[in-house]
Amino acid sequence: MVNLEAAEKQTITSFWASVDPAAQGENALQRLLYCYPWSRRYFAKFGDLSTISAIRKNSHVRAHGHKVLSAVGDCIGHLGDIKGHLAQLSKLHCETLHVDPANFCLLGKNITICMASHFGVTFTPEVQATFEKLVTTVAAALSSEYH
Amino acid sequence: MVLWDAAEKKVIASVWAKVDIEADGFQALLRTLHVYPWTKRYFSHFGAMSTLKDIESNPKVRAHGRKVMAAVGDAISHMDNIKGHLSQLSQLHSDKLHVDPANFELLGNNIVIVLAAKFGADAFTPEVQATFQKLVAVISSALTREYH
Repeated sequence: MVNLEAAEKQTITSFWASVDPAAQGENALQRLLYCYPWSRRYFAKFGDLSTISAIRKNSHVRAHGHKVLSAVGDCIGHLGDIKGHLAQLSKLHCETLHVDPANFCLLGKNITICMASHFGVTFTPEVQATFEKLVTTVAAALSSEYH
Repeated sequence: MVLWDAAEKKVIASVWAKVDIEADGFQALLRTLHVYPWTKRYFSHFGAMSTLKDIESNPKVRAHGRKVMAAVGDAISHMDNIKGHLSQLSQLHSDKLHVDPANFELLGNNIVIVLAAKFGADAFTPEVQATFQKLVAVISSALTREYH
């Protein structure tokens, strides 16, 4: 269970108010698919992801990025029990989607870089520390029902 | 042996031309110390670092951030043989400083984050990110090479 102090909860909640899950979700997923090309194997049904241009034009990438980043944002409303909140999604990723859990950390890393690039100086060391705690906890929760 | 194509070399040169060795090096180190607090163990001789304010006002952190970033810049000047160029520094980190090499990756990640924040999403594109991630991975690998 992750322990976020009151100040950290405040930091992440107020930071998240400025996040655009559609635009930044798309950007984070583009970065993952481009920088870690093996991640494309999970998205064969998206069509062409073979070049950065193809990834940028792909409407499935935008839709899915939005979905994923919104789900991360939802976890902020469940900071006391992210593991419980994501249990079903964890089972789905294990039993139906067969995603290697190492990829959750990679996506977390790319979400962090995406946030840094969009928010610049507002992405302070305090925000970064709290944010990385959040994405690490989400990655661990998504792995928790794997068997 | 690491191969760099012309596009990658161009990206690195153009980004690096705008890097502020002191300010950006300081940010990368301070984020590493704050976000991954166990890294402070390597710098007990720096004095007070228990809070973010302490880290931010610590002149040794600033000086060391500058030193590390300057070393990254040097590695860029020896891009065709980063491994050879960093061999002595690798021995130092293994034999004298006893740094767990996993920490090179953490600092590398923070260099990428600092550059992303500095250049913004339009300039720090996925292609630029991939190139810089390759660079910091090559530097980490070179720094780990002489460990035994």
